[in-house]
Amino acid sequence: MADMHALVRLMREVEDQLASCMRCGMCQSVCPLYAQTGREADVARGKLALLDGLLREMFDRPDSVRERLDRCLLCGSCQAGCPSGVRVMDIFIKARAILAGFSGLPFSQKMIFKGMLAHPALFDQLTFWSSRFQKLLTRPVNEMLGTSCARVMSPFIGDRHFKPLADHPFHHEVPFMDTPAGRSGRKVAFFVGCLLDKIFPKVAGDVVTVLEKAGVGLLIPQGQACCGIPALSAGDTQTFQKLLRHNLERFPVDDFDCLVTACATCTSTIKKLWPLMAEKEDAGTRRRVARIAEKTLDISQFLIDERLLPDVLSGGHAVDPTEVTYHDPCHLKKSLGVSAQPRALLNLIGGIRFVEMEGADQCCGMGGSFNIKYYDISREIGERKRRAIQASRCSVVATSCPACMMQISDVLSRGGDPVRVRHVIELLAECWKDNDDYPSAH
Amino acid sequence: MVDAAIVKQLKELVGVQNVFDNKADRVTYAYDAAVLEPQLPAVVVRPENSEVLGRVVAFCNQERLSMTVRGAGTNLSGGTIPQQGGVVLLTNGLNRILEINSEDMYAVVQPGVITAQLAAAVEAKGLFYPPDPGSQAVSTLGGNVAENAGGLRGLKYGVTADYVMGLRFYDVEGNLIKTGSRTVKCATGYNLKALMIGSEGTLGVLDEITLKLIPPPRARKSMMAVFDQMERASQTVAAIIAQHIVPATLEFLDNFTIRAVEDFSHAGLPVEAAAILLVEVDGHPGQVAEESEQVEAILKQMGAKDIQVARDDAQRDRIWAARRSALSALAKLKPTVVLEDATVPRSKIPAMVHALQDIARRFDLAIGTFGHAGDGNLHPTILTDKRDKVEWKRVEAAIEAIFDEALALGGTLSGEHGTGLAKAGFLKKETGQGAILLSRRIKSALDPHRILNPGKIIGD
Repeated sequence: MADMHALVRLMREVEDQLASCMRCGMCQSVCPLYAQTGREADVARGKLALLDGLLREMFDRPDSVRERLDRCLLCGSCQAGCPSGVRVMDIFIKARAILAGFSGLPFSQKMIFKGMLAHPALFDQLTFWSSRFQKLLTRPVNEMLGTSCARVMSPFIGDRHFKPLADHPFHHEVPFMDTPAGRSGRKVAFFVGCLLDKIFPKVAGDVVTVLEKAGVGLLIPQGQACCGIPALSAGDTQTFQKLLRHNLERFPVDDFDCLVTACATCTSTIKKLWPLMAEKEDAGTRRRVARIAEKTLDISQFLIDERLLPDVLSGGHAVDPTEVTYHDPCHLKKSLGVSAQPRALLNLIGGIRFVEMEGADQCCGMGGSFNIKYYDISREIGERKRRAIQASRCSVVATSCPACMMQISDVLSRGGDPVRVRHVIELLAECWKDNDDYPSAH
Repeated sequence: MVDAAIVKQLKELVGVQNVFDNKADRVTYAYDAAVLEPQLPAVVVRPENSEVLGRVVAFCNQERLSMTVRGAGTNLSGGTIPQQGGVVLLTNGLNRILEINSEDMYAVVQPGVITAQLAAAVEAKGLFYPPDPGSQAVSTLGGNVAENAGGLRGLKYGVTADYVMGLRFYDVEGNLIKTGSRTVKCATGYNLKALMIGSEGTLGVLDEITLKLIPPPRARKSMMAVFDQMERASQTVAAIIAQHIVPATLEFLDNFTIRAVEDFSHAGLPVEAAAILLVEVDGHPGQVAEESEQVEAILKQMGAKDIQVARDDAQRDRIWAARRSALSALAKLKPTVVLEDATVPRSKIPAMVHALQDIARRFDLAIGTFGHAGDGNLHPTILTDKRDKVEWKRVEAAIEAIFDEALALGGTLSGEHGTGLAKAGFLKKETGQGAILLSRRIKSALDPHRILNPGKIIGD
């Protein structure tokens, strides 16, 4: 039998936060997982009750609780709508760390996080070589969406239509960059993130293009690491701390005005989870983390809030505009309250008519490793998003998160829908390329 | 007793995927929104059609297993807390809207349909289902009927009971019983439907609900009035009603609540105000114009310091945002929130408000009061931390004092949250022993083995 007293002592860290849930059950109305399963253990209230049960020593072993705690998209919908303001995400992340520390990580996760993710250079090498070999095992399935599927039956891929690793990651194209603040007088650091680097390098390139045109100085440090969210959501705090320290070294906080990302999940992790998990670091590190978190923002938010774009961008066909809808990544809207800026940006682009879809802020069902562990549910949640996109009758769905792009590409590709999935920055950059004399920042 | 054989038979009845017997799953069905100790059920089942529902009920009766029906589990009086070792029966596998009939203006639903989803579906057909309990985004109609749930519109539009035209339910032996009708009038038989409404799952298990729908009001107008004396505000409520004006909603926030809301939302509320009244009149445009003028005149006459009338939907939303966030603003102040709903005749609102302030002082507790002043249903909300045993004793004493005060003023223990476990021990004070004895006789006639949600309403 596990030493449950020891676990209870560790759990005291979240006891006060747990007590603030009044069990009103309002999280049922917003939880994408609960909407599919109707199981109380899937919704925040149920999970908080389970953690409370651990504290009350109701369980001999933590396994069944941990399993249910892990079955969560970490989308934060419950926290955003919680009447009592329970800090659900903080509790879940801390509890996952406590439980993983107590019971250990499964072998596969240990291999991935400690063996690979914690060593950014090795991780880059491995993914690069994988990109060479993936074509042997997979084949392109949808040209428009750029998705692939397995060539032969594969337990890892199943019938997914996934975005393959790019031939060349972004850090091969742009290993380093340090340019002075231009006309805008602003200098930003660009946190690329794993998915943009390895799967969507074009989006990363578009971020650079857009910032350059806007007269913004850029710092892209060499050897950036993962933001740490995959390790953190698995409860692997050691790997997370390694990645945090690595990134802190690469991004000297005094050298830039803002840190931008084009990945909602990276933005939210840096802003919310870095400070949360740095609580036990020394004062100097905590200060640096706090300052970086404060300076971090989404690329659309940066461009719009800093007024770096002119009022109307021309481009495209004004007569026959492309209808574009927008999906709110949970980590942008629910975690950070950013939803107006990406829309404002889309509305600025000539040749685009923005159409709001029903339930734009409903989770796409990706949830990082949730998609790997619970693919069937993830897919059902994705189907709901697909129906909303179809109903909008748009030919393009834009969003601000590469993880959402992967999930939405998968559901659309499998359904054979003629809808393109684009990052808002791609659309902006394309419009720009069409207009070389376009006046940048004013 | 639930043992492996019972679980196996339940799995055969409802399907393996609809039986939860792992402890971790059971822990998540041990509570509801009431501040009471959780009770661990032995097994949780989710029937997915009416026939299976009936068979589960009959099976539980035959095996003498106590059974608690659970919708969204948002109950505030402990009505959905199961008996330790009992069966929890989930209704969310029975969540279809079976019919919305525009011609005859009714809807037929399964018990697991979510209140707000029916309201939206009905609205899409140009009709109106008025009951709007605070938990409507998640609460189920089965739960609303079983608790006779109210809401903000109770004053003019009534409560759930006023919309139940007919019911189909399973008695404890699993016989399907029909009561009421799809007709506006129905004078046949005992009014079993009325007996089932508010019976909290102690007499039978709902299977289908026929609900009355009405045409939506064509116009509405909202206003907010600020008072610097509590007495003035509560007297104004009485004055509006005395003029025989029936607003759709007439809500009240006390100073404690106003400050909590303002701290939380920075909406620009007057934090020095003793009370705020929020009024909405609705109906035919002509009537709305006339009544809103009358209400405004009364508000002025009663000495309201400031009156804001919403000119458009945006202003209306701003006015109501304060009320909507009242509970959550209060809930953020302390870990434990005890939301009471003792209700008094509306002429007694001034006296009740006065008594609540006195109780807060006497027991040295933080009590924010807001609620449906127009129908006498206030929500004194006690903010505490249940882990503080000393304070919790005072909370329990204060709750009893609130009950006593409401009864002394000719009111009731509960306007809309139900008796459940929380108020079962106090029911005698309100109804007398006779009503409880009669209720117990009805209970033993309908549920001789006492398996249907035992312990609720009339105790064990």
